[in-house]
Amino acid sequence: MNGDWLDIGWLNEIPVRGSRTVPVAGGEEIAVFRTADNRVFALANRCPHKGGPLSQGIVHGHSVACPLHNWSIALATGNAQGEDKGCTPTIPVRVDAGRVLLCRTGTLAAAA
Amino acid sequence: MDFAIANDTLSSDDTPLAHDPAPAHLVVIGNGMAGCRAVEELIARDAGRYRVTIFGAEPRVNYNRIMLSPVLAGEKSFDDIVINDSAWYADNGIELVAGDPVVAIDRKTKTVTARSGRVTPYDKLLIATGSDPFIIPVPGKDLPGVISFRDMDDVDRMLAAAEGGGDAVVIGGGLLGLEAAHGLTLRGMKVTVVHLMPTLMERQLDEAAGWLLKSALEGRGQTILTGADTAEIVGDGKVEGVRLKDGRTIPASLVVMAVGIRPSVALAREAGLAVGRGIQVDDHMVTSDADVLAVGECVEHDGNVYGLVAPLWDMCRALADGLVEQHSGYRGSVTSTKLKVAGLDVFSAGEFGGDEGCEDIVLRDASRGVYKRVVVRDDRVVGAVLYGDTTDGGWYFDLLKRGEDISTVRDMLIFGQSFASGGGQSDPKAAVAALSDDAEICGCNGVNKGKVVACITGGAATLDAVRAGCKASASCGSCTGLVENLLAVTLGEDYAGERTTRTMCKCTSFGHDDVRRAIVERGFREIPQVMQELSWSTPDGCASCRPALNYYLLCALPGEYVDDQQSRFVNERLHANIQKDGTYSVVPRMWGGITTPGELRAIADVVEKYNAPMVKVTGGQRLDIFGIKKEDLPAVWADLNAAGMVSGHAYGKALRTVKTCVGSEWCRFGTQDSTGLGVKIERMSWGSWMPHKFKIAVSGCPRNCAEATIKDFGVVCVDSGYELHVGGNGGIKVRATDLLCKVSTEQEAMDYCAAFIQLYREEARYLERTAPWIERVGVDYIKERIVVDEVGREALRARFLYAQSFSQDDPWAERAAGSAREQHAHMAHFLPNNAE
Repeated sequence: MNGDWLDIGWLNEIPVRGSRTVPVAGGEEIAVFRTADNRVFALANRCPHKGGPLSQGIVHGHSVACPLHNWSIALATGNAQGEDKGCTPTIPVRVDAGRVLLCRTGTLAAAA
Repeated sequence: MDFAIANDTLSSDDTPLAHDPAPAHLVVIGNGMAGCRAVEELIARDAGRYRVTIFGAEPRVNYNRIMLSPVLAGEKSFDDIVINDSAWYADNGIELVAGDPVVAIDRKTKTVTARSGRVTPYDKLLIATGSDPFIIPVPGKDLPGVISFRDMDDVDRMLAAAEGGGDAVVIGGGLLGLEAAHGLTLRGMKVTVVHLMPTLMERQLDEAAGWLLKSALEGRGQTILTGADTAEIVGDGKVEGVRLKDGRTIPASLVVMAVGIRPSVALAREAGLAVGRGIQVDDHMVTSDADVLAVGECVEHDGNVYGLVAPLWDMCRALADGLVEQHSGYRGSVTSTKLKVAGLDVFSAGEFGGDEGCEDIVLRDASRGVYKRVVVRDDRVVGAVLYGDTTDGGWYFDLLKRGEDISTVRDMLIFGQSFASGGGQSDPKAAVAALSDDAEICGCNGVNKGKVVACITGGAATLDAVRAGCKASASCGSCTGLVENLLAVTLGEDYAGERTTRTMCKCTSFGHDDVRRAIVERGFREIPQVMQELSWSTPDGCASCRPALNYYLLCALPGEYVDDQQSRFVNERLHANIQKDGTYSVVPRMWGGITTPGELRAIADVVEKYNAPMVKVTGGQRLDIFGIKKEDLPAVWADLNAAGMVSGHAYGKALRTVKTCVGSEWCRFGTQDSTGLGVKIERMSWGSWMPHKFKIAVSGCPRNCAEATIKDFGVVCVDSGYELHVGGNGGIKVRATDLLCKVSTEQEAMDYCAAFIQLYREEARYLERTAPWIERVGVDYIKERIVVDEVGREALRARFLYAQSFSQDDPWAERAAGSAREQHAHMAHFLPNNAE
């Protein structure tokens, strides 16, 4: 495996229109999302509004609705949508041969 | 002559090659579509430049592998699908070594060795080994009767098996698997498709199109199991069935494994060539060895591996250009898929997930079974999915590849090329105004423009009034835009554009009641079906409509509908209440608010064992344990289960609690056994899903210590019987109950309660509490349905109890036993010790 990417598991381990979490040093978590069209996105598991765990929200299209106050966050950019303003950090992620790979430097940054 | 020119050029360069007039020897490994196409391209450019030898593993000439499906289906014969017959090889001086595959490459001596031992030297070597079927590593995969679907031998094996009829299982619901299933069905086998993913062909189709495909195939007699994971292939000496991980076993005398393909790279890897996912090549299809080239499905170019035929043609052109030293280079391919799957048209191209900045334009024509979706970003088409009508696939793909600005035709884009660029008008209102009175507006109800306009001029000034007046747009809703334009054109400034009924959400033009009625009357069974039939404008809904649809289907189809966990709010998915810090609170059920020392001890133990920071007595007479992590929830539930407690559903749009006072058993004022009745009512109604949360109380006398008159259903006991109250709420807007009626026995109180809950379940809108529901429909309506109509009451009660027979399984026990484990566990950990 290339040293720049962390293998976190099989794509099938993430429910379609769902998310799984990866804890990193410092108490933060990364939420890894899988959409209905099998795209994968990784964001800090923290809504820009009040820190709600985005991983537990309802995934629709390429957005997730935060479970605490229903803010809608774009998975690709981490930006809050509509009238709400704020941004959640994103972490580069890709899928290779069914394995989900998180960018190592992005993950380290999230842990800082 | 070409050769002579080349030779002259070389001579003038004074290179040693000029002394060797014999053409260089090109050896091709692979007699498939890529290998032969590359040779064809080469011959077209410079016929005499290379002497060509082709090795093929199969004992036959080059044929069109894509057409194996029609051969299986009986529509074509092998001769029909031959691309190059033996005359072609002879005419072009090509030596074909068929049925003797190359087993080794020696790059030092520049030779290849075939299985027969034959050693052949080469000047240039072309690897076109294609791909191998991926065989999932389950027990029984090597049993006789388990085959793949890759070459003519596989087709022959399937045809032989189909002669005996019987059951076949196809593992894999991608294109190849569905083609195999279709062919075997036509050959008379009873076919079940087992697909791991939730929707068919998920790499090419979105959920909506995948669902349509599934329904169509089921209509042709196939059984399609999605989300089905194969555990093992069973059989004694030969295949007898497939066992799934959920325990089901499907009988089969033939199993076709069509789960995917892998680039065939073993030869290249053993020869020491650079190999990633495929054999790595540059833009001229040259591998890490300058004299070895590779082309087709076995290569990896710029990180990409392709499994479609169009990129292969592009590669062969670049390869041939390179071999005759007119380098053009391969730049990768943008792929589109236009397919007939079992006679059904599907098309997909580009991205259809829709990133931020992307907009979906969706057209659903329920009566024709058509779904079209075009994804647009910055006024450019970036993706498309079409089902049922793929006429415009080529046009969309062309717009996509050229990156053309579509802003001028945007409003017409989804209707297709002929409409957008031909007779169509650029202003949709003008286009509607220009329609003749005979033009059909609503296909479902056969309403033409004249009728709609007459309805509007007759006083229907809103969409709802038009729907009520002439039925236009009242069925699938796909003509809603046309009707709204007609309203605007006909009424001019008088059209406010207002709806009297609020739509369910921005994904649909229908309100909750319309959607619900359609689900019941038209027998919809799945969320994607509702979205298709009612022309949803988004591919998979939103956080508002998905939970509502999930509830409506669950309510309409007790025991049949499979709950969609991903359409549930977090609390109902995790069976606990999320708190502001992301931890959860846990409330075990205490029937009627009564507890025991054993239960209290178990709760105390849980609080200490999991360091819960707080335990709180709730307003509904329960104990709420705070600060539990989602990872710990199953263990907490196991401990509570062990003491006999089940989920309290404090997290659900469901029955919450039945609050009681101590009643006649202890209280000097008590008139009836309020605790006993409360326990019975809670035992009857727990576990039921509802439009919103639902609270019940039973007070033993009119002093009403259980506060029954601010509950959704309240019982106040009196000497002569039981007063039943409905529609109370102690929330933001306090509402006291309306008195429904008085009954004389406990059994009647329970029967009326069950009937009232079912009426609320069936008729209130999702997220509507009983208080606003009753204000909306009026308490007289409720009395009519529950008190006056005895037959109706009994039917409601019976439907409630029937639904309850499926809903009273403790969700905590299932989770504690290990179901949905992934909901509670992290996927991986990334901590400093494994970060290095």
